[in-house]
Formats: sequence, C-alpha cells, structure tokens
Amino acid sequence: MALDAAALRKIAHLARLELSETELQAYGPQIGAILDHIGELRKLDVEGVEPLAHAVEIADVRRDDVPRPGLPPEAALANAPAVAGPYFTVPRILDQP
Amino acid sequence: MSDDLLYRPAREIADLVRSRKTSAAEVAKAFLERIRATDDRLHAFISVGEAPKGAAEGPLAGVPVALKDNLCTLEAPTTCGSRILENYRAPYEATVVTRLRAAGATIIGKTNLDEFAMGSSTENSAFFVTRNPWDLERVPGGSSGGSAAAVAAGQAAAALGSDTGGSIRQPAALSGVVGFKPTYGRVSRYGLVAFASSLDQVGPLARDVRDAALLMSVLGGHDPLDATSLPGPSPDYVKDLERDPKGMRIGLPKEYFADGLDPEVRARVMEALRRLEAKGAKLVDVQLPMTRHGIATYYIVAPAEASSNLARYDGVHFGHRTASPASLVDLLSRSRAEGFGPEVRRRIILGTFVLSSDRIDAYYHRAQKVRRLIAAEFEQAFKSCDVIAGPTSPTPAFRVGEKASDPLSMYLCDVYTVGANLAGLPGLSLPCGFTSKGLPVGLQIIGRVKDDLTVLQAGRAVERELGPSGKRPPV
Repeated sequence: MALDAAALRKIAHLARLELSETELQAYGPQIGAILDHIGELRKLDVEGVEPLAHAVEIADVRRDDVPRPGLPPEAALANAPAVAGPYFTVPRILDQP
Repeated sequence: MSDDLLYRPAREIADLVRSRKTSAAEVAKAFLERIRATDDRLHAFISVGEAPKGAAEGPLAGVPVALKDNLCTLEAPTTCGSRILENYRAPYEATVVTRLRAAGATIIGKTNLDEFAMGSSTENSAFFVTRNPWDLERVPGGSSGGSAAAVAAGQAAAALGSDTGGSIRQPAALSGVVGFKPTYGRVSRYGLVAFASSLDQVGPLARDVRDAALLMSVLGGHDPLDATSLPGPSPDYVKDLERDPKGMRIGLPKEYFADGLDPEVRARVMEALRRLEAKGAKLVDVQLPMTRHGIATYYIVAPAEASSNLARYDGVHFGHRTASPASLVDLLSRSRAEGFGPEVRRRIILGTFVLSSDRIDAYYHRAQKVRRLIAAEFEQAFKSCDVIAGPTSPTPAFRVGEKASDPLSMYLCDVYTVGANLAGLPGLSLPCGFTSKGLPVGLQIIGRVKDDLTVLQAGRAVERELGPSGKRPPV
C-alpha cells in the first residue's frame, strides 16, 4: 500500500515536518513497504484482548510531597535559540497579515 | 602495563585503583591515548572526557565508562547523534550517570549512536558512521554502536547503552562484547532522552558477564525521579552470579532458529548451549509463534511513541531553529525538517500515520493488543523453562551501506530482540565464538520479568564453559 503524495503531505503537516518533493517521492514506496509489513497484524484475531500499553504495569506512583528546587529560569532558557528577557520567542501568531 | 590495562576487566581495574597500584588518572590517560590512537578509524566517540584528579573509591573506582550520547550529562553536549541537538547542553544529569560517578567511575566520553537511537547499524548518526573493530568495512550494530565498538576496541572498560528494540544486545553481538537489557524499570530512565518510553531501557555493555553484573549492582534500583522505576530491592547481581547450571531449563524456541538465520550463527549458538547441556542444563523446546509478528508490532508502537516524544523539538525551547521563519507553523515544520535526519523523519511520519484518527484502531490499538498476546506467549513459555536462549541477531555484522537504502531490511535485524522490549523482559547478549570470517557471534538469553539475576547467572555459566576467546580486534 504505497502512500500517495497528497496523503503523505497531510501526515507531514500533522507532524509539523516539512518534506521536500524528493522526499515525498522516496518516502511513498518506502513507507508503503513498511505499511504492508505491519498491516499483517490485521489477519490476527484480537477479539476480547486487552491492549497492553506498558509491559510492567505499575500505576499511581507518587513521591513524598517534599519541596525541592526546580530548574532555575536561566537554566531553562539556556538552550533556547531565541529569548526576550525571561521568555521564549516565536513569530507573531495574532493579527497576522 | 598500559596496553594490558586496556583489555582488563573493569573489576580488576577497580581493584588496582583501590589498592593504589595505579590511579584513576593513570588509567584514564591510558584509555584516552587509546581513543586518540584509534578513533580516527573507528569513530566511536562524539565527545571525549578528561582524566580525573584525586583518589577514586567505590566498586567502579577509576573504571573508564563510555556513555551513549543520549544520556544527559552536565559537562558535555548531549547530541543524540542529531543535528537538532548538536549544541544542546542538558541542565541536569541522568540518574545512571550520577550513580556511576558515586561508584568511582570515570566518564571517558560519549559515544555515537543512530540518531535518537533509531537504527541497527549506527549509520543513521548525523555526524559519522562508527566502524566495527573486527572489520572496519562493517557496521558495529546499533543503535548503541559507539558504546559497543568502544568496549570491543579497548577504548573504554565498559559503557552504557539504551535498548528499545535490541539497541544494546544487537551491537554487543555484532561487536563481540556483552550487552544487557534489564527488566523494564530495573534501571532509571531519568535523563535518558526519550525515544519510545514504554520500551526504552538503559543497560551496560561490558567485557564479560561478571563486569555486566558489577555495573548492574551500581545502576539498578528504584529511582523516585522515574515514575516507571520498579519499587523494591534489587538482587545482589555480583554475590549471587555463580550458579551451577545443573537442572537449569533452557527453552529453545524453534522460531528463533527458523529460515533467515545464518548457518554459522546457528552453529556457534548451539555449540555454546550444548556445553551448558553437558554440565547438566536441560534444553527444552518452547513455542513462540508470535515471533513473526514482533517486528510489525514494534514498528507500530515504537514510531507512535517516538512521534509523540519528538514533538518537543519545536525550534523554540531548545535545539535547532530555522532562520527567518514566516509563521509559527513554518518555524516548527522547517526547524524539524532541517534538524532531523531521514530515518527519524520517516519514523515520525510513520508514527503520526498510525496514530491519526482514522487509522489508530487499525494500527496502534491493534498493535497494543498483539503486544499483550506476545507478553502472554512468553509467560506461557516460561512455565516450562527458566530462561529462553537463541541467537541475538540473525546474521553477523553486515557491510556499511548494505541495508542503508532499504529500511525494512534493517528493521528485520531486530527479529529476535524486540520481543523482550515488548514484554519488558531482561535480555542478555554474550559472545559465543566467531564465524569463519572472524566476525563475532552473540548468544541471547531472555528471562522472566524481574528475573534479571537468572539471566546473568545463565550467561555467566556459558561464559565459564567457553572461557575467554583470547582474541582481540585487529584495529
């Protein structure tokens, strides 16, 4: 089941990942071959089987509620590609022309 | 002295340092020199550490340990083999790194990997391809290929890797060292850069099973900073390692010896198991018919989790950002396209596809149900055996470039290893000989969930019977 360019473009947009025309051409058949392989699971009878999300199931894990230092703002911002004061910056998202 | 030091087991190096016959600094200098002399051919390291000052104490006193470069450290970048994190400096340290330091170890450097640990050959690194020390034309396996090559070539006495679908065990097998993936939750994942969180596990690569057990005694145990960390006490991996294999039941799944298995790999694995049988272990047949669906299940679950985990690379908070973005969507889409390599992009697309609202039932939810069946099948098999054994990889090390253009053929390398990740089981790979071309072969031993000790005991019993190979890679 090869993915056509339109379908790939839609998925790439959902993933916020720009794909070039060359990549759209190359990924179609590659991902198609992988989908053919993973599609084999459709032949299995899984009626009534509970899904398994985590192999070792432990739930509701809590730490003692003891305050401890968090990441200081300087450390949190240290790797940011663009900052303004204590903020991360992004292109304008409101009132776009 | 120094050449001799490079191939000594970690426990002996620690003994020498503790008894002041040498120092942590002297040991580190010998290994750093070895790295300088060999790494222009091997390309195992992304960054190299420094010799420590002062006296080292503890179970790993002065032992040079290499870290896969997806483990966060404060003093060096943590790149994940990716352009998107090329200059990233973690603001905190992984729990396993803190534990290594507390045990006296020297962090000798950070090793190359397939980008974000996605691959089986270390060819997917954004920086360079790591070579197999036994044959420089071949891959070391992956994704912890840098760690495996470093230990094999005497550049580090031991190393840490991460294993999501075989990424510790397969490179250990292809590079001729020991690699251990503990039970899911046995070792903290705090500070391991996430790939597929329900499958990822940190573990050691070492010269032998005894060293792997020593590292586990340092790495293992509950970590309150990792919500998936197993509660309760850890076994004493070192004290209880030696065990008579008499009466031990070793399950051989016929599915692990089926078509596609290299005949020389099969021969070496069976020879090793026959040695254990001669010592009184029982080889029993077990059934794992779901093995053939393991890769399909894995390549739905892992990319799905990866597409979600990798959403954090947005060009805003850290990592690469594109120049002059026109809008927020443009910023996100181009930063990610420029920062991620082809395999990571492919898996994000695949993961997004299987999670998209009109596909999630047919792919992701179905794979989670099959995952339950796979785990149940292992549980059933362990009713008639104590451990399961077989080859780690269907073939010895393949040539650089051989599988690079066909992702599916690369994925099929993981056929015997993904089961342990899907079911959360401990899995060990240890060397069991060489092919006629001189390439290492790995034997895999898988145990019940939380029964890491029996796996190491069985591996140690094999190691005792086979004895040291006496071979060193030609690099």
